[in-house]
Amino acid sequence: MSTVPTLLDLVTLNGRVENHRPWPRIVVGEETWQLACERLAAGQWSLLGLWAEDDTVHAALGEADAFAVVSLGCPDGRFPSLARGHAPAQRLERTIRDLFGLVADGLPDARPWLDHGRWGVRAPLGKSRERSSLLQGGVGASSARDLSYPFLPAAGEGLHQIPVGPVHAGIIEPGHFRFTANGETVVRLEERLGYVHKGIEALMTGSDPWRATMLAGRTSGDSTVAYAFAFSRASEAALGIEPPPRAHWLRALMAELERLANHFGDIGAICNDASFALMHTHCGILRERVLRAADGCFGHRLMRDCIAPGGVTIDLDDAGKNVLRALVGEIRKRFPALIDLYDNTASLQDRTVGTGRLAPELAREYAAGGYVGRASGRAFDARRNLSYAPYDELAFDVPVLEEGDVNARVWIRVREVEQSLAIIDQVLERLPDGDTSVMLPLTNAGGPSEGVALVEGFRGDVLAWVKLDRDTRIARCHLRDPSWFQWPLLEAVIEGNIVADFPLCNKSFNCSYSGHDI
Amino acid sequence: MRKLLLESLIRPPVTEAAPAADAAAVAALAATLDRAARQKLGRSLAIREVDAGSCNACELEIHALNNAFYDLERFGLRFVASPRHADVLLVTGPVTKNMREALERTYAATPDPKWVVAVGNCAVDGGLFAGSYAVTGGVSEVIPVDLHIRGCPPRPIDLLMGLLALLEQQDSRRP
Repeated sequence: MSTVPTLLDLVTLNGRVENHRPWPRIVVGEETWQLACERLAAGQWSLLGLWAEDDTVHAALGEADAFAVVSLGCPDGRFPSLARGHAPAQRLERTIRDLFGLVADGLPDARPWLDHGRWGVRAPLGKSRERSSLLQGGVGASSARDLSYPFLPAAGEGLHQIPVGPVHAGIIEPGHFRFTANGETVVRLEERLGYVHKGIEALMTGSDPWRATMLAGRTSGDSTVAYAFAFSRASEAALGIEPPPRAHWLRALMAELERLANHFGDIGAICNDASFALMHTHCGILRERVLRAADGCFGHRLMRDCIAPGGVTIDLDDAGKNVLRALVGEIRKRFPALIDLYDNTASLQDRTVGTGRLAPELAREYAAGGYVGRASGRAFDARRNLSYAPYDELAFDVPVLEEGDVNARVWIRVREVEQSLAIIDQVLERLPDGDTSVMLPLTNAGGPSEGVALVEGFRGDVLAWVKLDRDTRIARCHLRDPSWFQWPLLEAVIEGNIVADFPLCNKSFNCSYSGHDI
Repeated sequence: MRKLLLESLIRPPVTEAAPAADAAAVAALAATLDRAARQKLGRSLAIREVDAGSCNACELEIHALNNAFYDLERFGLRFVASPRHADVLLVTGPVTKNMREALERTYAATPDPKWVVAVGNCAVDGGLFAGSYAVTGGVSEVIPVDLHIRGCPPRPIDLLMGLLALLEQQDSRRP
């Protein structure tokens, strides 16, 4: 090809799969897979997800506002590694090997990722157990494995290591951080995750859409709305059904309340990690007010199990609207003083400005979503770029900054709080009347069908990909947390910072362990 | 900042009155709590939280106990950074196989007398995750549990009532 192909060129190729909605999926050969690898390496396309199903690997690709899934069959259990040219694929390919036994040829890092050798089974989602013979000398399912994990070396005079976790000092999720430091300065940070792997995707296989929705809503507790939203949209796309307008608007309302609660929690917690407890206390009050309002309106503080395929399981009456109007009023009254407090406290700014800087090139390369990407110049927001109902009818800004430091990630959150309040205003004003859900069909008449959705959670874009069989049961479901493309960047930003600034950097990212470990 | 601090002095506190201890939990604890242990600890408990595979929702609500509304520390209950300083392990999650050893070692590092409170539906029996190749199926599969606080996640008020039941049990049997 003489010109550089775009994602749209790729979509016009043969091999487009029927019954994959709303964006296309194309079955490709190795040549096109390699081409995708080159386009990713060149930075023209973004990798938005990479997962497996039986003997196939799927990659979700984005280019500006275009989105497509490409699929490569690998009947002999191997596929060419995308990570050779595009580092963000590394942990995903290690995971595909752990869960499916499919090996990425040329993958630079051959260590396992989610599999810590404790499941008593190899490649639990793999098509056949024989796969395990491909893995590390063919250790059998039941035999004991070496549980050691070689961390990457760092060489130099006077270096020392600090192992942290999996049980941390705070009330947070488990994971292991291995710091190599020279005095106070971090030379290398390496993460080891997978401690909270629950096997959610295996549990989903074969379950009905309701049970699967509950599982999706328990993938990452702080994003339970976003996950249920994404899963429901993907399922609806697969079934070719459309929820009533009122359901769309109520979903957005809950998604914005979730964003508010989490952003308040984060802004306070970041300041707390700089020992500025006053901010933490006041943000904690605002967070609690949001959760109580949600509880009053929808019966659950985190709004869990309020969204399901077909619509929503809750409704909002006039009393509920008044509760939310009062909440918005209270936040508008209290929050500006807190913004001033943050902005005018020099000792706090001293900790956040210039700390943990993420270069815009890295944010682009990793397609970092949410405040992590938007604080480093990546102006991507699924609500805008791959817009979905009702956001296509709502007016809101997507704040973007270039500095990429802890301070910028705080300010993106502050601005997003303001935008969420504006969105809630619009929803309360314009909420359509009518039903809140449609019945799901009991059979999937068109045969097995697939749906994909990208929903903007507070942390970034959550991807859900679902394949439903003829009885509307889940044949395969993949959920990709935004943290997959943020965790590796935390390793990058801490380099050259002091150990004491790690909590600050970590909190400003606030990646999900559970969402990542699935 | 001065204005904000001043306002905090003038405005009434948001902290709410203490709820009654959960009656069911009190009854359950009566059977398990050792009297000698209660005498040693008095009306104060140091709590170490351990996430053994939760979705993080329970952590969010446990966090909320520290906010101004619930203000856990006024009851003599506080979260500590190490199991070596703890009287109570507050364990969440279905206990993933990848976290099992860490939980066992945390328990071993906690000095006697100690109690284990399992928080959340999946900590009871694995909940929705029961049967997965990757989970053991509940905290009591791995370490002895004294009290379960159910919910998905339990509201902070439920957590508070459960923890107050622990304190009450210590108190009521004191000679």
